Amino acid sequence: MAKEAADVNKMPKKNPLSLQIDLQKFEKATDEEKKQADVMSESTSFFRDGMRKLRKNPLAMFSIVVLIAIILMITLVPVIVPYSYSDIITVNGKRDKSATNMAPFTYSKLEQQYIDEGGKVFPHIMGTDELGRDYFVRVAYGTRISLLVGVFASAIVLVIGVLYGSISGYFGGKVDLIMMRFVDVIYSLPDLLMIILLSVVLNEVLKFDGNGILARLGTNMISLFIVFGLLYWVGMARLVRGQILTIKQNEYVLAAKVSGAKSSRIIRRHILPNCISVIIISAALQIPSAIFTESFLSFISLGVKAPMPSLGSLASAARSGITTYTYKLVFPALMIGLITLAFNLLGDGLRDAFDPKLRR
Amino acid sequence: MGKYIFKRVLLAIVTIFIVCFITFFTMNAIPGGPFAGEKAKSPEVQAALEKRFNLDKPVGEQFVIYMKNLLHGDFGISAKTGREISETIGSKFSVSAKLGIMAVLLAVFLGVVFGSIAALQRNRWPDRVIIFLSTLFTSLPSFVLGSFLLVIFSVKLGWVRAWSPTNQNLVLPVIALAMYPAAYITRLTKTSMLDVMGQDYVRTARAKGVAQWKVLFVHTLRNALIPVVTYLGPMIAGVLTGSLVVEQIFTIGGLGAEFVQSITNRDYPMIMGVTIFLAVFMVTMNLLTDIVYKLIDPRINLD
Repeated sequence: MAKEAADVNKMPKKNPLSLQIDLQKFEKATDEEKKQADVMSESTSFFRDGMRKLRKNPLAMFSIVVLIAIILMITLVPVIVPYSYSDIITVNGKRDKSATNMAPFTYSKLEQQYIDEGGKVFPHIMGTDELGRDYFVRVAYGTRISLLVGVFASAIVLVIGVLYGSISGYFGGKVDLIMMRFVDVIYSLPDLLMIILLSVVLNEVLKFDGNGILARLGTNMISLFIVFGLLYWVGMARLVRGQILTIKQNEYVLAAKVSGAKSSRIIRRHILPNCISVIIISAALQIPSAIFTESFLSFISLGVKAPMPSLGSLASAARSGITTYTYKLVFPALMIGLITLAFNLLGDGLRDAFDPKLRR
Repeated sequence: MGKYIFKRVLLAIVTIFIVCFITFFTMNAIPGGPFAGEKAKSPEVQAALEKRFNLDKPVGEQFVIYMKNLLHGDFGISAKTGREISETIGSKFSVSAKLGIMAVLLAVFLGVVFGSIAALQRNRWPDRVIIFLSTLFTSLPSFVLGSFLLVIFSVKLGWVRAWSPTNQNLVLPVIALAMYPAAYITRLTKTSMLDVMGQDYVRTARAKGVAQWKVLFVHTLRNALIPVVTYLGPMIAGVLTGSLVVEQIFTIGGLGAEFVQSITNRDYPMIMGVTIFLAVFMVTMNLLTDIVYKLIDPRINLD
């Protein structure tokens, strides 16, 4: 056999009337021509393909750069700038009571005196606030708190929503019916009003001692988290349930079931990975919404506990004396806008890249 | 249809009851009761007050009494001012309602017009500009936008005078409230227009020579607006909660400002009353939205 196959050029004797192709009339492909037929591009996975699309989306890449810049800023600024978010500026060991409401890059009398004497004062990049605290550090800290609240709240929503939605969608039938009625009721509760109510109540009921992060954030933020955990997960749960209802119909799920896999394994290994992109996109879009909620609450005096700043409380505090010190509103407002814009654009980009079904 | 409406109304009633339940019992969990903050009273006065407001009865019975009063439109009296809460709500809500209705109308108008333009000019510069602006406006909380509007147009430029009972100019607060929903409706209208423009019935209409404007207004826009209707309920809720802060910024004496004031004052009966009132309003609006949605689109199945 091998001998015959190697000798391609030799044509077997054929009937003159036969329609069989005469191989002699064909030219052999050169090595160069053979190479052209090779598949040049690597085979891609779903994830890689999505990343490639994401990298081609300038808006999404821009928002990633912005987010990285913001994260760098909130980690580095408190280290580099020698002021703290809660303390009045001290010059040469003395409290500088005149350093209130200064414009960006200006120095108070005491500081000017100290500089003239040869001392070094770190410039107030965003000026100072009404109590004489460095505003740049406060904005950086506020951004940190707002981002933290956003990420944490969306993590709560993610965990509860995915658990609830996947159980409801996977088991279907009566379980689904009852669980979804419950979701319907929660969904129709006015969430912001409930947050306000709980914040008011928890403020009186809960008292935190010590110096933990929760105690410093204050009871308002805890009630924000509680309400997010109680109410906001329903959107995510509905989304996950809908996804699972469709994925459940696929043959590979049936195959897994037939071969005796447990429900938890089927959910974890076969169903969740298939709707993970939708879940992540929705979680990314949850972050700006949580930051919005937090700033809204701060504005109506139900936000983080003083002296801890958040972007919302900074913007709210800036309203007194807004006509003369407009920059105090501009900086936190800019940060809120930048963060929400970046997350929204990134979420849209992720959706375009990873979710062909939702693509418009 | 009747069955659907019945189910939906039932859900709304259950929701309202739950809101009342949560509101009442969380407020009751606050130690001290509504009169604890006032100056010290003699035991007799305290007892008389408690008897007057049924505070001497068990909590369950208090809840029943409270619910009964609510059904009669009696929200109790404010712990701070001593006035009837229902009266305060009645007088203040008209201001908020005016503001809210104007904001909703402006948002729908801007959103539908710009969304349609963006869809018709897809991938050309008007589309890009509109989508850029709408993304920008969905990233600004209404209180930030409101503050900037106030500083720029009222203080720095002096074009619009600030609100006062004699000068009820609502231009700036309406804009501040309307921009976020307008941006959202723009995006909603655009996607749904693009969707409808690809439908067979639009192509058929074009093919048989229906006039351009008729295709746009009768065949496309009417169907494209159905998803916008679903957003009306959440939008009204958003505008109402947004008015809490916007009224504060522009010092408008509406229900929102009153509510925020009662939170700062720790005026618990007032907080309770306004929460329940706003919640009932929002749930009712959601109910109406859902029913209207099912009525205008016969394609939606009723289960």
